[in-house]
Amino acid sequence: MERIPILKMGDYLLVSIQVDMHDRLAMALQDDLTSRIVSAHAKGVLIDISALDMVDSFIGRMLGDIAAVSRVLDAETVVVGMRPAVAITLVELGLSLPGVCTALDIERGIALLRTRMYARGHDDAGSA
Amino acid sequence: MPVLLSDQRQIQASEDVVGVRQAVRRLAVELGFNLVDQTKIVTAASELARNTLQYGGGGTVRLESLQEGARRGLRLVFEDRGPGIPNIEVAMKDGYTTGGGLGLGLSGAKRLSNDFAIYSRPGEGTRVTIVRWR
Repeated sequence: MERIPILKMGDYLLVSIQVDMHDRLAMALQDDLTSRIVSAHAKGVLIDISALDMVDSFIGRMLGDIAAVSRVLDAETVVVGMRPAVAITLVELGLSLPGVCTALDIERGIALLRTRMYARGHDDAGSA
Repeated sequence: MPVLLSDQRQIQASEDVVGVRQAVRRLAVELGFNLVDQTKIVTAASELARNTLQYGGGGTVRLESLQEGARRGLRLVFEDRGPGIPNIEVAMKDGYTTGGGLGLGLSGAKRLSNDFAIYSRPGEGTRVTIVRWR
């Protein structure tokens, strides 16, 4: 079955969604990511959605669920690269992604993860 | 109102929802919609296609390119022969769901469209029509 790849980069996991996901693929990504956070002892997750030309309520919910689950597993999630047209549409749809941290690009996303890890008292913050 | 082009697609699996999004995007680009309007109609189509699949047990969507005077539009008609919606007023509320979703499908699709119509009878099915004008 097709899968979205998850890359490990120091303490972080990096996911770049490059395909138009059907719902089962989105669910599989959520499951895979949850397992990898635990097995890789990840402290942060970066999800790059710059290639997505649309985020509907299902994908929006997936992003929110990933952020919530990762937080319970002592990891922070940052969603990066949302296109302006996607952001406008999401808000009009009625989704403001509560609980999901966002950053404009990967670099700012990593900076945000470091800040948040530092705030949570991980002494290894910044080692990635 | 003249319909310039009409295309019907099946919605029977979650991959078909992706196919509907892509077909709507292609047509919106052809009609000269700007990027935000393309994104809005594609997102509305995704919500409604998922509803057709999840609540209607599958169905069809008809994509129509419209011309009314100087303006062009894109009309999408989603139809299923599922259980229907007993109370449309309640189903249109933000956050109402019977399927474990966020309950934004119908209300969100309405906000993302210029025209919205829904017809449903319990036991017969549901038809949702949206139009976005350029």
